[in-house]
Amino acid sequence: MIKSYKARRTVVNALIYVLLGGLGLIWVSPLVYLVMHSFRGGKAELATTIIPKEWTLDNYAKVFSPPDPNVVNFPQWFMNTFIIAIFSCIISTLAVLMVSYAFSRLRFKARKPLINVGMILGMFPGFMTMIAIYYLMKAMGLLAMPKVALIICYSAGAGLGYQISKGFFDTIPRALDEAATIDGATRNQIFWKIILPMSKPILVYTVLTSFIGPWTDFILAKIIVGAQGPEHYTVAIGLQKLVGLEYKSQHYREFLAGSVIVAVPITALFLFMQRYYVEGVTAGGVKG
Amino acid sequence: MKYIDYVQLNPFQKIWYNLKTFFIALPGNIVKICKAIGRFFKKLGLGIGKGVAGYFSRFVKGDWATKLSYIIMGFGNMMKGQIVKGLIFLATEVAFIAFMIFFGANKIYNLGFFSGGTIGFNGEDYWVDKDGVSIAISHGRPVAHVRADDSMQLLLYGVMTLIIIAVFLVIYFASVKSAYKVEQQVAAGEKPATFGQEMKAFADEKFHITLLSFPCLTISLFTIMPLIFMILIAFTNYTKSTPFFGWVGLQTFSEVFQTTGGANKGETFIELTKWTLLWAVCATVLNYILGMIVALLINKKGIKLKALWRTMFVITVAVPQFVSLLLMQQMLEGNEFGAINQLLKGLGWLASDGGTVQYIDFLGNANKWIPRLTVIVVNIWVGIPYTILITSGILMNIPADLYESATIDGAGPTRTFFSITLPYMLFVTTPYLITTFIGNINNFNVIYLLVGEQSSVDLHNAGYTDLLVTWLFRMSTSTGEYNTAAAVGILVFIVCATVSLLTFNLTKSAKNEEEFS
Repeated sequence: MIKSYKARRTVVNALIYVLLGGLGLIWVSPLVYLVMHSFRGGKAELATTIIPKEWTLDNYAKVFSPPDPNVVNFPQWFMNTFIIAIFSCIISTLAVLMVSYAFSRLRFKARKPLINVGMILGMFPGFMTMIAIYYLMKAMGLLAMPKVALIICYSAGAGLGYQISKGFFDTIPRALDEAATIDGATRNQIFWKIILPMSKPILVYTVLTSFIGPWTDFILAKIIVGAQGPEHYTVAIGLQKLVGLEYKSQHYREFLAGSVIVAVPITALFLFMQRYYVEGVTAGGVKG
Repeated sequence: MKYIDYVQLNPFQKIWYNLKTFFIALPGNIVKICKAIGRFFKKLGLGIGKGVAGYFSRFVKGDWATKLSYIIMGFGNMMKGQIVKGLIFLATEVAFIAFMIFFGANKIYNLGFFSGGTIGFNGEDYWVDKDGVSIAISHGRPVAHVRADDSMQLLLYGVMTLIIIAVFLVIYFASVKSAYKVEQQVAAGEKPATFGQEMKAFADEKFHITLLSFPCLTISLFTIMPLIFMILIAFTNYTKSTPFFGWVGLQTFSEVFQTTGGANKGETFIELTKWTLLWAVCATVLNYILGMIVALLINKKGIKLKALWRTMFVITVAVPQFVSLLLMQQMLEGNEFGAINQLLKGLGWLASDGGTVQYIDFLGNANKWIPRLTVIVVNIWVGIPYTILITSGILMNIPADLYESATIDGAGPTRTFFSITLPYMLFVTTPYLITTFIGNINNFNVIYLLVGEQSSVDLHNAGYTDLLVTWLFRMSTSTGEYNTAAAVGILVFIVCATVSLLTFNLTKSAKNEEEFS
């Protein structure tokens, strides 16, 4: 009996290994394809075989020192995105922490109504306001400074994403606040000296998500800088241009190489913050 | 039905029973929600009434300095020794009046609520509708060339002015209240707070104001104002071809529901709504169930290399979607350059017709269901890793004795999944599921990056795979039907709000509904 049970378990586990192996292969195959073809050499820009026939580093060289910087200027796009990401990361993190602390720890008359307003605002499709934002930026003369415009776009509404860190703050015992208040601490001091030091996971989560945002955003960036010169592009817009009809037959491999360069640091950051991500989402979005 | 009867049902009967109760309870729930919204407005009205009553009673009860602060803001504060505070109020008032005289009044007038239903009359540059032809007038003379975004800018400035007025009113009422309060304090023999003390309060009792004022400012400027603006656009006739526009009431909405003529907006709206809902259900349910099964397989006892398996899936979450989806788009291309077609060709699975290979057009809009199926499958690729990330931890928390006793009772893996795992997970992750569902209704990236902008002949500027939001996006960027886009946006909002209200009502978070009362 036991023997057959063991045998059955081995068979089941073997099947599971095969299944997981197959599925895992399907899941990573596009990424493998991406990396593989970013090293593809030869004359043809587009591949007609799955495994490249020639290998080269030329694509990466072209990406780092573009032969025609007026059309494809990846280093510039990278710098643009980096600057935008740094600034919007700082502003968004502050905004998110401020709002979530206020909603989680402080009690004031407008709290419930403001939370409701936030919830209702979240239900409008985000793209609805894009055109208005475009004209707003135009009216403010910010279209001439696309970086500033994009930083504003990414960080202005950041306060609305308070739910996850509010969920985290809610789990910190209130007794700590009370003890500090008795010792004469103001709420400002409680925020900086007690709550923030205890919130490392959520801090890391917020910083990383708001830093990654500008690298992966496509829509807002397209609205703001899509019609402008290539020197203002972010990586997402630049890379998308490269696979557009106009450029695809000349720059497809640069798209692949550029994608690898963008994806590697973001993947590393993500794998690093994975734990915080799960903690954050389960604290804010799941109720046990 | 009693709980004991319910437990004995098989899973399908349970689902059927739950669906039945959901729809039986639906009218009641809708009534409940309407009542809650009614209560909300009643409360709002009462609050406003109370505020207005307080406003007048303070005027009656206050001394002459307080009475004067109703006209000259901050006067009462200054008389009672709060010089800086009073000056700040006064400066606000002066700035506001100057703004209104030199800028704002004109902009409100331009909004056209008072000028015959058209936006754009500002005394110098405007246009007239003469026998259906728009003529631009500048300084009393017709001109040929007018900037195309005039009406747009005027509407924008108008909305901005409205918001500034609202902010000013808040400050005004606060100043009146403050004048009365300081009068009361003096009357009670207390010393009014100095400016320094009041500033200190912003780090303690009023810390919420310090924290929230900056985010509130940016949100109202860059989220709420554009939203109000776009809601207003839905009631105009603004399109790319009519840069000068006026108010048309509900005409845009009636166009969205109009079903006459070929490739009309009405049929497109209905078709895309059906597809959006189908897509949202498929994307949510498939990703959830399949993701959970994979997570269970990875976490099964006796499976080694758990970290490797997990990473293989999760790494796809980390790669930016515009990279992975644009790549997928290239791989799915319906010609010899698409990797999937190359693979199928290599396997010899493609039919060939007299020497030319029949490549499968995965994303083309020639067929209705092939691209739809493709986006759902690709979305499974995108979505399963998220489910694995979220559910792994919770799956580990399901008490092991539940499984043990189920195994002893002779339940197989399928049975335990549907009778233990799924109910437990549903119980815990309902809020997550609702957010995912709403997120899928608004899932722009997967559709747009994968399919791009393709149009089908029988749809109005849309392809078969377009969701309502991508349709909205295309209308507001490519084809410039701004008013229709705004109207569709409002309708999507109504759908999302209804879905979340109804489902929240279903779950144990039902008490959240009380937040509206």
